[in-house]
Amino acid sequence: MKIVVCIKQVPDTAARVVAENGQVSWGDAPLVMNPWDEYAVEAALQLKEAQGGDVTAISVGGESAKEALKNALAMGCSEAVLISDPALEGADSQAVAKVLAAAIQKIGDVDLAFFGKQAIDGDMGVTHVQTARVLDWPALTSVSTIQSVDPGAKTLRVERTMEEGRVVVEARMPAVISVLKDIGEPRYPSFMGIRKASRATIPVWTLADLGIQAPQSHVTWPVVENPPVREVKTEMITGDTPQEIAAKLVDKILAEKVL
Amino acid sequence: MANKFLVYLDQYKGKVLPVSWETLGVALRLAGEMGGEVAALAVGAGAQEAAAQAFQYGAAEAFYADDASLSDYRPEAYSALVSRVARDQQVEALLFPTTTRGRETAAMCAIDLESSVMPDVIDLQVQDGKIVATRPVYAGKIIARTVSDARPVVITTRGRAFEQPQADPARSGTPQAVEPAVGESSLATKVVDYAPAEGGVTLTDAAVIVSGGRGVANNPNLTPPNGMDEKQAEIWRAQQGFKLVSDLAQVLNAAVGASRAAVDAGYIPYQHQVGQTGKVVSPDLYIACGISGAIQHLAGMRTSKVIVAINKDPEAPIFKYARFGVVGDLHEILPALTEEFRKRLGR
Repeated sequence: MKIVVCIKQVPDTAARVVAENGQVSWGDAPLVMNPWDEYAVEAALQLKEAQGGDVTAISVGGESAKEALKNALAMGCSEAVLISDPALEGADSQAVAKVLAAAIQKIGDVDLAFFGKQAIDGDMGVTHVQTARVLDWPALTSVSTIQSVDPGAKTLRVERTMEEGRVVVEARMPAVISVLKDIGEPRYPSFMGIRKASRATIPVWTLADLGIQAPQSHVTWPVVENPPVREVKTEMITGDTPQEIAAKLVDKILAEKVL
Repeated sequence: MANKFLVYLDQYKGKVLPVSWETLGVALRLAGEMGGEVAALAVGAGAQEAAAQAFQYGAAEAFYADDASLSDYRPEAYSALVSRVARDQQVEALLFPTTTRGRETAAMCAIDLESSVMPDVIDLQVQDGKIVATRPVYAGKIIARTVSDARPVVITTRGRAFEQPQADPARSGTPQAVEPAVGESSLATKVVDYAPAEGGVTLTDAAVIVSGGRGVANNPNLTPPNGMDEKQAEIWRAQQGFKLVSDLAQVLNAAVGASRAAVDAGYIPYQHQVGQTGKVVSPDLYIACGISGAIQHLAGMRTSKVIVAINKDPEAPIFKYARFGVVGDLHEILPALTEEFRKRLGR
């Protein structure tokens, strides 16, 4: 099978992200593969191991995003491609979706494109669906389990986790899949994988390589701010017995009128 | 010409999700400020009834589509239909509630309509005749005010961020039927099975959340059954601890949450995880039990109205964010707290 996994590089979850002079800043926090995308890589690799084939990791970003792609290679992806072009500065999600769709088409004969649920920087959670729409492929989002894949018949069956419960969906391939954590813990890169990744030269595709113009973006963020500082005065509740503490705490909570 | 605002009512088996009415409410406010009116659209089994209810909440028009090809939710079929109605009605803005269905239908409609989507907004204002959407990004560490230069503006609104309008039973109307936009043969998916989730309050709708962290596994007074290895015994202990968390949750009609540490340790399934890589929640009351308060967890719950922290460690960072703190063993405090609430609330 020919599998693509789309990843993004983001500031680490532990980063102290703040707005400074109208810009988002994460100080010297490391840039990492978006944590949700690690699950997408894991799902793609599991499927490759079960069905054979290869997994290509792709990312839209600047030069630094090669590090995230190297991590994908170290985990076991066969190839990695960075899509980078100055014209993509400030691209919104649908513009990125159009670029990813063009890259997936350039790779050619792709059966499945995996994505994480959302990127933890923009918290959009729509790029996978939009990529599917641009490609006119079915979008299977919030997938917790891939139940079966039939590469011959080009069909698959997945379980999605929705608000009301689990839904089993059958779909024709090619398709886009976004996965949840239930898919399985992402593997650590192996020693061999790290060695391979450190030597790898990651090709860079520009928009010209994809044969497209920069898609027009529509959404901008004219203002970024720090959330209002909440002045929390912590009141410690003490007592001689758990019952006494509980009685005092219930008094306090009921007085807040939140129940 | 008056602006038209189209609201997608997310419904499941004829029951409209309350967040849909919140979306309708904010659309009414925008229509009031920008001049215009609000139409509602419901899709799928039970859509006619759902659309009819929209009049009570203030919609001027309502549409519904209920066809065999739409009875199971499939984003491709729903999006094609919603996009077509939005185009036919020449809408200024297309609004969805932030649910799995709402978000992905919005995302696809944005492509169909050559627009972009601003998902999961918590505030909407009109400035110089333009809609400005406020979105938390970086799990709420940053607040972004975003604008779209495309028409229609496509938005999804976060649950509990906007007020639900009062329903007025005196208002009524007849919803108009619309036809599906694509036929069954052009759809590449089929829903073959449903397994409803176990009951209980879901995190994102919950007004009250009781959450457990690693501390739930630390009851020294429990002896695990014979024959368990160390890991099994730890999980068994944690499950006894989460029993105390869910007892309190039940009395408060609350959802059960968990820290990433508790989920990663296998104490509780992932759908309970609150935090940057779980659910971002903002309930009226959040009770954190045995949670130290890692930055990733705080990002997921710090906008809760009242935070209560129960932790053995007086230095736990969670206390800095808590309105009320108890330094103590959750295994002793929680049963007493549950009992006290039961008495006081008469439950």
